[in-house]
Amino acid sequence: MIAFGITAVLLLASAFMVVMSRDLVRAVLWLAVALAFTAVAFIQLKADMLAAIQIMLYTGGVVTLMLFAVLLTWRRDEGKPQIEIRDTAKGALAALSIFALLASAILRTDLPETGPMLETDSEAVGALFLQDHIVAFEALSVILLAAMIGAITLARRKDAA
Amino acid sequence: MTMTADLQLWLLLSAVLFCTGIFGLLTRRGALGMLLSIELMVNAININLIAFGCYRGDHTGQVIALFGIALTVAEVAVGLALLIQMSRTMKTLEIQHAKELNG
Repeated sequence: MIAFGITAVLLLASAFMVVMSRDLVRAVLWLAVALAFTAVAFIQLKADMLAAIQIMLYTGGVVTLMLFAVLLTWRRDEGKPQIEIRDTAKGALAALSIFALLASAILRTDLPETGPMLETDSEAVGALFLQDHIVAFEALSVILLAAMIGAITLARRKDAA
Repeated sequence: MTMTADLQLWLLLSAVLFCTGIFGLLTRRGALGMLLSIELMVNAININLIAFGCYRGDHTGQVIALFGIALTVAEVAVGLALLIQMSRTMKTLEIQHAKELNG
């Protein structure tokens, strides 16, 4: 319970910094913090393998990619990569109303009474991946390959072809 | 209440995280900032999936969450490539300038 509280507070605080930070590089770095705390939440939910994947793919891969994109698209004459934050009131209203909707749905639903899983079982998860869901798993690898080729094709300079 | 938090609390946490993402998506004007907010929202969804899986004693939630993570990574790669191309052709990443399809 205490662990949940600490994780929740830190996760939400870093997420808040992601959306409120005006410096784009700092926002990306706060995103790395938020993603790392999501991995902590995964560990508390007995999903150790997902936590490892989260750290490797997101905090390792995606954040690096984002930093590259920030610095590649940042033009020197504009100074530091700032981002405008506008319509804060409207955005907060929309976000709060969607939260009210979600929260009322969560609080009204009869959730299953069963307790949480008590220990992590990566073996069962691996069996699910490679036996029950093997077709989807293979399709996923094709999608990743397609995304990789697509990203290279899109980001390439037109005259370099 | 057991040592771990209730399912409801996890769902509320992920709802707050999702709404933070929505707030960021609506208030940012730069396309990169919006992509960051989308990442936050996807994370909220993954927490939801794994929390349900954990409290139902079912590992399929983790399988779906892994598919979600992989698809998001693909989305980020293609999205960032598009943004780099956009900054080349339009010299800006502010989405209100991206009005022309034939850049």
